[in-house]
Amino acid sequence: MQSAAASYVSLDALKSNRNALAEPVEAPAHAGCGTSGGEGKASCGTSDGPDDMPADVWNKVKNHPCYSEEAHHHYARMHVAVAPACNIQCNYCNRKYDCSNESRPGVVSQKLTPEQAVKKVVAVASEIPQMTVLGIAGPGDSLASPKKTFETFRMLQEQAPDIKLCLSTNGLALPGLVDEICKYNIDHVTITINMVDPEVGAKIYPWIFWDHRRVTGVEAATILHQQQMLGLEMLTARGVLTKINSVLIPGINDEHLIEVNREVKKRGAFLHNIMPLISEAEHGTVFGLTGQRGPTAQELKAVQDACMGGANLMRHCRQCRADAVGLLGEDRSEEFTLDKIEEMEVVYDLDRRRSYQDRVEAERQAQHAAKVEALAATQDAGAADGIKVLVAVATTGGGRVNQHFGHADEFQIFEVSAGEALFVGHRRVDLFCQGGYGEDEKLPSIVTAINDCHAVLVSKIGACPRDELKTAGIEPVDNYVDEFIEKAALSWFADYTGRVARGETVHVARGDASIRQGAFTAAA
Amino acid sequence: MSLKIIADLCTGCSACEPECPNEAISEKKNIFIIDPDKCTECEGDYDTSQCVAVCPVDHCILPLAA
Repeated sequence: MQSAAASYVSLDALKSNRNALAEPVEAPAHAGCGTSGGEGKASCGTSDGPDDMPADVWNKVKNHPCYSEEAHHHYARMHVAVAPACNIQCNYCNRKYDCSNESRPGVVSQKLTPEQAVKKVVAVASEIPQMTVLGIAGPGDSLASPKKTFETFRMLQEQAPDIKLCLSTNGLALPGLVDEICKYNIDHVTITINMVDPEVGAKIYPWIFWDHRRVTGVEAATILHQQQMLGLEMLTARGVLTKINSVLIPGINDEHLIEVNREVKKRGAFLHNIMPLISEAEHGTVFGLTGQRGPTAQELKAVQDACMGGANLMRHCRQCRADAVGLLGEDRSEEFTLDKIEEMEVVYDLDRRRSYQDRVEAERQAQHAAKVEALAATQDAGAADGIKVLVAVATTGGGRVNQHFGHADEFQIFEVSAGEALFVGHRRVDLFCQGGYGEDEKLPSIVTAINDCHAVLVSKIGACPRDELKTAGIEPVDNYVDEFIEKAALSWFADYTGRVARGETVHVARGDASIRQGAFTAAA
Repeated sequence: MSLKIIADLCTGCSACEPECPNEAISEKKNIFIIDPDKCTECEGDYDTSQCVAVCPVDHCILPLAA
């Protein structure tokens, strides 16, 4: 093991380095893909492929929906809620609240024993053969209940050996459990790191439980910070891929997250996921009750953009529950409640799972090849004059523009400039259309959610929403049906910049958009 | 002397159970209870009652009225 203690971030060093953030950060020798993907390239978390990273790393991420943006359209994950206890308190978390209609981290409907969890995993794996990843994400901290967490992993390794295992943790107990993590071949670990400066941490964490006492304030944040950095370094030294989750809390750690990005990248973090604070008074969290707001879409994007070129950025996180089941963005946990799985006749058919996954992989590669071909044939916008815009896309999957505006419960957001259409995130919206009829009162919330976009690409859209979007300054576009998204976005962009160049359209900057709070689970 | 867990406030998170030096805490119907015959409020073992220190809910664990 490397000497981790010697490389802690000292607070003084951090403070004196504040003005030096523009300096390039040295990549660790084993590194992920961010440094080999080419200047200005997206990231592994978004769309990198096998050419952008070492083969062993690619093998670990290629069918992990959280670590590969492309994989998340094809492969599913599930969380089992075996670890309800937590060893720290965060101001954005309230464990008491559970509404089945609501989805956010730390919330579950039903906690499970390890035996129940294994039964559930086997049941889901049989029903959903593209479920390749099992995570323990709490609902407390997976490593605050190490016995339950590792007992679950041990049994799963025996009964479902092809499933990738991962866990997420706040990091406090991590250094002492790294050996256990390696023992069960857990090759993906997520650490929530919201600060590298305990003064900032003291505003986020009221207390930790440490060495048989409750520690508060800067002392608590200092211990947590040291454990997080040590744990990350130990995992990196052992070749475990790490994802760092950071909650963006405006006014508390927004710009500070750029420092966090730098420090975690330096310690070998593979992926950095910067998520918006979810904060509503009815959630009963400290931040919810004190009126601490979450970031706007543009505030979130600004911090994410500032961190590009640091650790690879994850842009497709849906902030799911600790008992979520299915593809990211969907939740089928209601199909697998304890009552229901008790009644299921389950056979774990490894061969069937493998052959199904082979078909998924073939389909994915075919899609990838078709997309590359389609993009090669796309014409660049000529006189773009440095214009860069966001477009919202309604898609049911397959990487194509193929969803009715009224059927979208989320939009993919692409940043488009001359020659490049880059996936930058999702926006969750309420379903606008139910059963073919638009509900007028829902439309303003959609406009609010994509208000920073110049256009929305859809397969179809009704007359009313079309007019309202136009009034709001968002161009509804339905003439690229079933095209690959990037190709459609670039084609629309060439058309748009052409109109601007000819003086038919005046290019104006868009405003900001709001992030939907407490994203709900799949509509029933 | 003993502590008790206020049932209405307990989230059933189980954080207290393994911290108890006297194994006085057990699960009952998704929440946790303290056996008053075993509870010492951690006197002799720790400076503070471990269950109170780790419990995420304020005022969930209180002294049992004599």
